[in-house]
Amino acid sequence: MAKGIFIIAEQRGGTLRKISLELVSEGRRLADQSGQSLAAVILGHQITEEAKKLAAYGADTIYVADAPELAAYTPEAYTAVLSELIKAQEPDIVLGGASQQGKELTAKLAARLETGLAMDCVGLSLEEGLLIARRPIYAGKVYADVVCETARPQMASCRPNVFPILEPDAARTAEIVSVAVSIKPEDLRTTLVEELADQSGKVDLTEATCIVSGGRGMKDSENFVILEKLAGVIGATVGASRSAVDAGWRPQSDQVGQTGKVVNPNLYVACGISGAIQHLAGMGSSKVIVAVNKDPDAPIFQKADYGIVGDLFEVVPVLEEEFKKIM
Amino acid sequence: MNILVCIKQVPDTESQIKIDSGGKGIQTADIKWVMNPYDEFGVEEALRIKEKTGGKVTVIGVGPQRVVESLRTALAMGADEAIHVDDPAADGGDALATARVLAGSVKDVPFDLIFCGQRAVDDDNAQVGAALSELLQIPLLSVITKVEISDDKAKVKVQRPVEGATWVFEAPLPALITTQKGLNEPRYASLPGIMKAKKKPLSAKKLGDLGLSPDQAGLQGSKLTIKGLTPPPERKAGKIIEGETAQEKGTILVKLLREEAKII
Ligand SMILES: Cc1cc2nc3c(=O)[nH]c(=O)nc-3n(C[C@H](O)[C@H](O)[C@H](O)COP(=O)(O)OP(=O)(O)OC[C@H]3O[C@@H](n4cnc5c(N)ncnc54)[C@H](O)[C@@H]3O)c2cc1C
Ligand SMILES: Nc1ncnc2c1ncn2[C@@H]1O[C@H](COP(=O)(O)O)[C@@H](O)[C@H]1O
Repeated sequence: MAKGIFIIAEQRGGTLRKISLELVSEGRRLADQSGQSLAAVILGHQITEEAKKLAAYGADTIYVADAPELAAYTPEAYTAVLSELIKAQEPDIVLGGASQQGKELTAKLAARLETGLAMDCVGLSLEEGLLIARRPIYAGKVYADVVCETARPQMASCRPNVFPILEPDAARTAEIVSVAVSIKPEDLRTTLVEELADQSGKVDLTEATCIVSGGRGMKDSENFVILEKLAGVIGATVGASRSAVDAGWRPQSDQVGQTGKVVNPNLYVACGISGAIQHLAGMGSSKVIVAVNKDPDAPIFQKADYGIVGDLFEVVPVLEEEFKKIM
Repeated sequence: MNILVCIKQVPDTESQIKIDSGGKGIQTADIKWVMNPYDEFGVEEALRIKEKTGGKVTVIGVGPQRVVESLRTALAMGADEAIHVDDPAADGGDALATARVLAGSVKDVPFDLIFCGQRAVDDDNAQVGAALSELLQIPLLSVITKVEISDDKAKVKVQRPVEGATWVFEAPLPALITTQKGLNEPRYASLPGIMKAKKKPLSAKKLGDLGLSPDQAGLQGSKLTIKGLTPPPERKAGKIIEGETAQEKGTILVKLLREEAKII
């Protein structure tokens, strides 16, 4: 009989990533609802102390797979270790992050376990023991509720920045279980040669709670300075439309949209962006959308909570000044 | 090198998507079908590698008759051969069921490298490449923006952007790569290319030809099923801030974000 809920925590460089806290929090919610226990699984090297932080967010058990070969994520070794643990423990539900690493890992894992995986979910619920996973498809034009009736575990990956993090309770403790790790040579074919850190050091768009984006209306790469300044004041990350990326003004990693990143900030400020359907696909679920555009008929105004019809080169510096006064 | 590219045909990204009367699928009547944009990057990269190393590029598509158009587009871009799995029992599967069909269709085709899109822009599933790598037991390199084949053609080195960093991975060949925007600029099919494509081999297969039974593929072979589709939460147009000057409008906006939206 399958039992319990597992979440796959994510760490980089020995530090838990935010998605891990989102996953334990959602796992706790589902565990309470169904009267099951919640286990967090973490892979890495010398990470037990860091892993213990997951207890405060609701993990009853923390499985730690600790080995030098697991220090950095590689798809094959991580899949091998996790699939063995899951086969042995037979959890009913396994949740991972729909982060860059998590999407790959959960997809490989589901295939190896021959079960169904609901990818990139924005909502999870339980109906008579079945996990109903809600996921946007067709770039968010439709939502699908999917279910895995018979195969186990039921798997889902959770979109970053969607599932609220619980207040940590420092009094909570968890049982720490160390996982016996046996890694075969064929699990080490794919190796991480190098990690090139992003020099900007900014919060990634997929994790950002505030985003200021620029489009073709920015007219030049240098003009993005005004967005950088505004972003600096409100603690935002700067994003871009595909036009701005294709013009070479911004790197590919800044692109928001169907062929860029899907973002979920509390505040999205679109400057000089018309609001093409492929751009909306990436930012349409932001909590509050602000648009600054000189064309009153720009489609972005159909989706924006607040719109300013005007020249962004006049409006953006005003916003910077006004925010400065209150921040 | 022998390179395979998996191609899915998807609705054009401009398409309006409406739920059908059954509530589990979409209305397809007015849809314009195109090659998944990420698969275009795969075709382009395969052609560039072939131009350097020689060899052959084979494209594979699973789906109804219309998929032939997308396969012909890839042939017109320069691919050498196409395999079309045209069998209703193969369609509509989850990632593993679809990957089984793809694995079956290449069981007699030699390959050094396989390209899939990092995701198809219809179901946004982002799983088929990973599932195929599992079935074929070859290394998986996901969401890749740069591919370098070693001189001895035994290894591949790739760049993979992740949150706040770029990972450089290396793996022995054969391997499976899923493509990300930034990898290349796909070429357009030239007129002579389109003419030539008409004569290039395109073979149609049924599940039976791949050694698969209907319960291993398509809907029947799927673990994950759709319970129902719903429209996304409505997002209505909000306020246009009235004011004489940029100064006035900007001041009102910041006040509203703070006091009404309570976001700052
Ligand atoms: C397969 C496919 C995938 C795509 N994927 C993406 C994607 O991931 N992301 C994406 O963004 N796009 C994507 N696109 C492109 C999309 O269709 C649009 O072309 C693009 O989003 C337009 O970018 P933009 O709004 O910056 O430019 P435009 O549409 O040119 O809009 C510029 C806007 O700036 C305004 N403006 C100009 N000057 C000023 C000023 N001084 N002050 C205020 N406003 C000003 C104009 O009124 C206009 O509304 C994709 C397209 C396809 C076909
Ligand atoms: N029916 C199909 N036929 C051929 N290739 C497919 C099919 N479905 C998915 N793929 C491949 O897998 C990639 C990812 O698809 P998905 O996992 O559905 O998002 C696509 O970009 C294709 O390369």
